[in-house]
Amino acid sequence: MESNSALRVKNKNSSSFLTAFSTWRELGIVAVTLLLMGAITLRSPYFLNAANFEDILVAISLTVIVACGQMLAIIIRGIDLSVSSIVGLVAMAVGLFIRDKFDFPMGWTLVMGIGFGILLGAINGLLITLGKLPPLIATLASMSIFRGMVVVFSGGEWVNTYRIAPSFLQLTRRLVLGIPALIWFAILIAVGITLMMKYTRLGRQIYALGSNPNAADVAGIPKNKVTFIVYLISGTLAGLAGILWASRYGSVTNETGIGFELQTVAACVVGGVSVLGGSGKVLNVVLGAWLLGIIGNALTISNINPFLRLTINGVLIISAVVFDTLIYRRLGKQ
Amino acid sequence: MKKAENKPNIPNTLLRLASKWEFQLVIIIILLMAVGSTMTPYFINLKNQIQNSKNLMEIAIMALPMALIIITTGSVDLSIANNLLMSAVVMAKLFEAGVPMGLAVSGGLLAGTLGGLLNGILVGVVKLPPLVATLGTFTLFKGIGYSLLREFTVKGFPDAFNFIGQGKLPGTIIPFQLAIFAVFAVIYFFLLHRTALGRFIYSIGQNENACRYSGVPVDNVKILIFTLSGFMAALAGMVLAARYGSVDADIGSGYELTVITAVVLGGVLTTGGTGTLTGVFLSLWLVSEVRLLMNLLNIQGEIQKIIFGLLLILAILLPRLVDQIRSRRRLKQMEKEILGA
Repeated sequence: MESNSALRVKNKNSSSFLTAFSTWRELGIVAVTLLLMGAITLRSPYFLNAANFEDILVAISLTVIVACGQMLAIIIRGIDLSVSSIVGLVAMAVGLFIRDKFDFPMGWTLVMGIGFGILLGAINGLLITLGKLPPLIATLASMSIFRGMVVVFSGGEWVNTYRIAPSFLQLTRRLVLGIPALIWFAILIAVGITLMMKYTRLGRQIYALGSNPNAADVAGIPKNKVTFIVYLISGTLAGLAGILWASRYGSVTNETGIGFELQTVAACVVGGVSVLGGSGKVLNVVLGAWLLGIIGNALTISNINPFLRLTINGVLIISAVVFDTLIYRRLGKQ
Repeated sequence: MKKAENKPNIPNTLLRLASKWEFQLVIIIILLMAVGSTMTPYFINLKNQIQNSKNLMEIAIMALPMALIIITTGSVDLSIANNLLMSAVVMAKLFEAGVPMGLAVSGGLLAGTLGGLLNGILVGVVKLPPLVATLGTFTLFKGIGYSLLREFTVKGFPDAFNFIGQGKLPGTIIPFQLAIFAVFAVIYFFLLHRTALGRFIYSIGQNENACRYSGVPVDNVKILIFTLSGFMAALAGMVLAARYGSVDADIGSGYELTVITAVVLGGVLTTGGTGTLTGVFLSLWLVSEVRLLMNLLNIQGEIQKIIFGLLLILAILLPRLVDQIRSRRRLKQMEKEILGA
């Protein structure tokens, strides 16, 4: 949403205020996060431990991957509550599949899992575009349905580490240039989505649709097609995260992923994606995920009541949203 | 335009009646009872039915304000289940600390009401979309509930309290919480269908801007309905705690889906401005019968989840289908009138 360099008109209206506000907000989050990290290190030096840091990065990576999809849904004024169930379902499906197949090529496993995610995302997309269900209801319903299907697949069992092919576990652990593969996945997705939003027509259509759905419709933007693609992407990314989750944690239960959808929404919202739709960058998602990841980790290692995490997340979400809304209302969002 | 002939147009009248959501619900319930009774002899059993209704009362209690919220805003209150949790935890903690039960319950009710008030302020004053506001409070309430209670369970409430959830009205087989629900059902019915507030609720749902310009206290109405939602969630929490006889951190988990399903199934669409409490009563009954049947057929809890998810989807798709059929029929009729005789 920056001004095109070809247009050298200095916008004295809300557009530049918005840009300034966004930048300050992002800097603010970075500052808060760094301060927090400093405070935690003082209280507990274990924080800077490499193993601990890796834990944080893992959690952040998974969140970023799925939250990128969630961001798209939020931008078009919707939401995808089913991502947690998609993560769990794909994780369970993949886990069950490769549990006893030690020699199955990893590439194909990835493809299968992603394909499953695409299918589930498509279901959401169809419910919302063809079925004209409000995204809230559609994804609330699919969240339940997919979660129920996890048990149907698993028959109540777990999938455990010692029964999973080592090559699968390596999928996320292999070091490429010294960094675990999982983090590379997250980086790839983040960069990919950023490029898509910035340089492709679809990206611009998504922003337009979210910014002013009526105007976008009148301007000829294929509302249903764009909406369908958004939920498709969200499901796909959730599916990918499901595979990576199973690979990284080595075990999948019927409860895997429960509550994760809130984490992704929180990451988006706290990081600066507007809940009124129409704006948001991958950078927001990354910042939000980072802050939430640090807080979660801090609570765990410093022995404060770990249940406080939810409370803090809730307060953060509410504060961020209230703050953003008050500012955006000043700018007269439609 | 030629005036329509005064022939009793039976198909059309029937179709109009049939297209009434409440009528369809009655038909479905009758069908379900018929089918269910062939599947298992325990279904049409008064004792089982009464026993089963106990399990739905918490959902029913929370469905009343949810209907108001959906009619008014077209959006939902996602935080009710965790508000229930938070209120029950507050009550349990007070009880544990030795506070007399009456005060503990009041404390719980107060906590829930304050939670609802927070929602009301976020939606009515800050003007957040209800979905987002309640998503935030969903997390917040859960956090508060969990942080206070952690992994413990509080048991051993006085018998007078447990009576709320386990006892019957003296001299009858009516469970106490059914009576509580009935009282509130009447109150809400009166509120929605017989007072100005009720008319405000419908009109805000139909056209909020017009209401603002007409002097309807839109924001106050919103604050009120969310506060009510909080209070009812707390009440449901008390009933649930009394029924179980204990409070733990899982209490009420996932209830919001069932409540929303029941309300939407009752004809209160998320477009706002439509729906009746009669429909909600009927759909609550339907939901409880579906649950009973599934339990009797030993269908797993997770599969029940799938069924409820599908039910929610159907609840919205079906009226659209019916609408499409009706309008196509109307179109054909108009064509006939214009082109025909």
